Amino acid sequence: MDILFSSVKELVSLAETQNKPISEIMIEQEMLITRRSREEIIAQMDRNLTVMEQAVEQGLKGVQSTSGLTGGDAVLLQNYIASGKSLSGDLILDAVSKAVATNEVNAAMGMICATPTAGAAGIVPGTLFAVKNKLNPTREQMINYLFTSGAFGFVVANNASISGAAGGCQAETGSAASMAAAAIVEMAGGTPQQSAEAFSIVMKNMLGLVCDPVAGLVEVPCVKRNAMGAAKALVGADMALAGVVSRIPTDEVIEAMHRIGQSMPSALRETAKGGLAATPTGKALEAEIFGKDQSARDTVKS
Amino acid sequence: MKYRSVFEIIGPVMIGPSSSHTAGAARIGRVARDLFGRQPKWARIHLYGSFAETYKGHGTDVAIIGGLLDYDTDDERIKTAFEDAAKAGMTFEFIPEEEEADHPNTARIVIGDSKGEMELVGISIGGGTMEVTELNGFPLRLSGHYPALLVVHEDRAGVIASVSNAIAEQGMNIAHMEVGRKEKGKMALMVIEVDQIFDETLINQLQSLPNVTQVSTLAN
Repeated sequence: MDILFSSVKELVSLAETQNKPISEIMIEQEMLITRRSREEIIAQMDRNLTVMEQAVEQGLKGVQSTSGLTGGDAVLLQNYIASGKSLSGDLILDAVSKAVATNEVNAAMGMICATPTAGAAGIVPGTLFAVKNKLNPTREQMINYLFTSGAFGFVVANNASISGAAGGCQAETGSAASMAAAAIVEMAGGTPQQSAEAFSIVMKNMLGLVCDPVAGLVEVPCVKRNAMGAAKALVGADMALAGVVSRIPTDEVIEAMHRIGQSMPSALRETAKGGLAATPTGKALEAEIFGKDQSARDTVKS
Repeated sequence: MKYRSVFEIIGPVMIGPSSSHTAGAARIGRVARDLFGRQPKWARIHLYGSFAETYKGHGTDVAIIGGLLDYDTDDERIKTAFEDAAKAGMTFEFIPEEEEADHPNTARIVIGDSKGEMELVGISIGGGTMEVTELNGFPLRLSGHYPALLVVHEDRAGVIASVSNAIAEQGMNIAHMEVGRKEKGKMALMVIEVDQIFDETLINQLQSLPNVTQVSTLAN
């Protein structure tokens, strides 16, 4: 099958030699592989962007999950920003609150767009809708943000993994935060190589992150890992835009993530058997949520 | 290339909470229903690995049942799939298995009605993307590098030729093809990997060919 790029090196080199943004290379590859028109492809991404906007809006109004483990933190964060007392900066906290908003909606079984997964769905839109207030992008630039994120995610998904069950949380929120950092750089006017540097800087700080959801629910610690993923994406993008480079090339960082994922014990890969899920409180919460519910669920079988 | 489209990375639009354990699970259920060709009356679902450990928390169970009711990943009715199954007259049972499967997110779905039954093994590989690895005891050996179609058909002369002609007419090239049958003159299967992503047009065209029972997407 014809593809334009299967590594970040090829992606950046194409963008540089053809003097095109990474988002454009992604759109061209999508046209080549799916044989769909540019208009159709852009229209579908536009719809995904709308779903993301609606999820953020819904989350900022305040939602609660059925288990009661998560919900309402996005509202707390927005109120805190409004108080003017924030230490880390309004833009970062805005991104954090919007990432949290999306994941709170996800935990409540609301409608979201996976980026690249549902458990990590807050980071790409959270950073996008925060950076939007500073950079005032057009709708087209916002759509391109998603194509650039997708281009890096495409390489990770094919060369490593985007599944917590296969590679731990580094494969999910790690990939999402790194993808977002690369997209922020492009939107802020950085070069394709700077996008790759931002990706590497963030991914290097996500390596080894395990997937240990309490009670197997995409709530604790997933929502807060999206919050921190959004913050890291912004800091990583700023570092790359400042001219900081990664000593380890992006494709090798991705390969390292893949190998680390393969050597993770299964208890730390989305089985809810290790890490935070196995703490006394984690186990108590699981018993509380499913203990009394177990019989009710099982009677459904007939 | 296990992932071909940017919309597998930025997407799918779905009901939470997990792309692999909810959206991917719904897709496995829906492919099973699609291949069965009608609403099953009963379903027995064996779950392995991470699916077995966390299916309740992730809504994997309601998602698979939703898929068996033909709901897509973004269908809000996934939430009420258990109640909807009861209304549709479908009974079901979930069996978490201790044994390890090759992939951590594996489901073995056995469905049936008074007319017949079918068994399918599906894996959810992340981000909502899934693959079918076994059907009615036939292992489906996909390279995973190409979009793939599954054609269930009667074991008759000329079916393979008509299917490959229809694919050629769409301007598509077959990268790899396997044909298998259990018994001469009975049900047979074709697994076809093609070089290009295909759409509903091709599936509908194959579906209309004589002696073709069911056509489904294994990977796209």
